[in-house]
Amino acid sequence: MKDTFKLGEHEFTSRFILGSGKYSLELIKAAVENAGAQIVTLALRRATTGNVANILDYIPKGVTLLPNTSGARNAEEAVRIARLAREVGCGDFIKIECIRDSKYLLPDNYETAKATEILAKEGFVVMPYMYPDLNAARDMVNAGAACIMPLGAPIGTNKGLATKEFIKILIDEIELPVIVDAGIGKPSQACEAMEMGAAAVMANTAIATAGDIIAMAEAFKYAIEAGRTAYLAGTGRVLETGAAASSPLTGFLSD
Amino acid sequence: MITVNGENHEGFEGKTLSELLCGLGYKEAYIATELNGNIVKKDSYRTVVLKEGDSLEVVNFVGGG
Repeated sequence: MKDTFKLGEHEFTSRFILGSGKYSLELIKAAVENAGAQIVTLALRRATTGNVANILDYIPKGVTLLPNTSGARNAEEAVRIARLAREVGCGDFIKIECIRDSKYLLPDNYETAKATEILAKEGFVVMPYMYPDLNAARDMVNAGAACIMPLGAPIGTNKGLATKEFIKILIDEIELPVIVDAGIGKPSQACEAMEMGAAAVMANTAIATAGDIIAMAEAFKYAIEAGRTAYLAGTGRVLETGAAASSPLTGFLSD
Repeated sequence: MITVNGENHEGFEGKTLSELLCGLGYKEAYIATELNGNIVKKDSYRTVVLKEGDSLEVVNFVGGG
C-alpha cells in the first residue's frame, strides 16, 4: 500500500513541502524536482507591471500551490489575502500566517484560529501555521483546519526543532496531519521531525540559504524519506544504563 | 483619476477593468484584483467599468515560504 497523507480531499505521497522564497525563479523548477515536492508555497504581493517573469511559469505542472497569508497581522487581513489568492485561480489551498510580532515573527494562534474558521467554511483547504500549543491546535481542528503547522523554531532561523517536546504532544494528541513548518535548518532536523511522526516537513530558508540550493533540496528529500521510513519501522529502544551486545555472547575463540 | 496599487493613473475612467489591466501591462492569468475593497471575479473584468476615484489593488504570486 502506498504511504500517503491527505489534506482535505487531496492525497500526497511526498512529505516535503517546499518554500519558494528568497531564491531565483530559475532555480525553482530544479529545486522542486530534486525535492520531489508536490506542494510549493507562494506569497501574494502587489503585482508589478511590464514584462516581469511570473513565478507560476517556473513551477512544474501538477504541483499543488499553497499560497500563504504572509503580511497579515490579524484574521481579517489573512482572510482578505486568502480570498484574493484563490481568485488568481490556482486552487483552494491556503497556509494561514497571522503575525503581529515583527521581531520573532511568531504566529498569533488566536487570530489564526479565527481565520481558519472563516476560510474553512468558505471551502478552503486551511493549513494554519501556529505556535505549538495543544489547546490552540485543538481550536484549529474544531475550526476546520486540514492539518496543523507548528513551528520548529522562529521563521528563517535554521535553528531546528527548538519546540520538539511540544510538537511531540501535538503529534500524539491531534488526529490531523502535523506538518512541521519554520525553523528547520538541516536535513537531520527534518529527518528527526519525521521520525517523531510528523506527517510532513516544510522548509524554505534551509534550502534558499544553502551553498547549493538544488543539492540541498535533494538532501532534504532523502532525509524526510528516511525519517518517515524510520517512523513506520518503529525506532529501536534506548537502554538507560549498561549495554547490550549486538554480537552473540557465546562461541568466542577463547572458549 | 484611478489609483492602482497606490499610484495614480489618468485616462481609464469609463474604460473597463480589462482595458486598464491590459493598458498597464498586467497579465490577467497571473493576477487577482480588488476594486474599492471588493474582489472582482476574472469573468467580470470585461464588464466592470471604472469611474473617477476608483481604487484598485492588483496582486500576484511571488516566491514565499
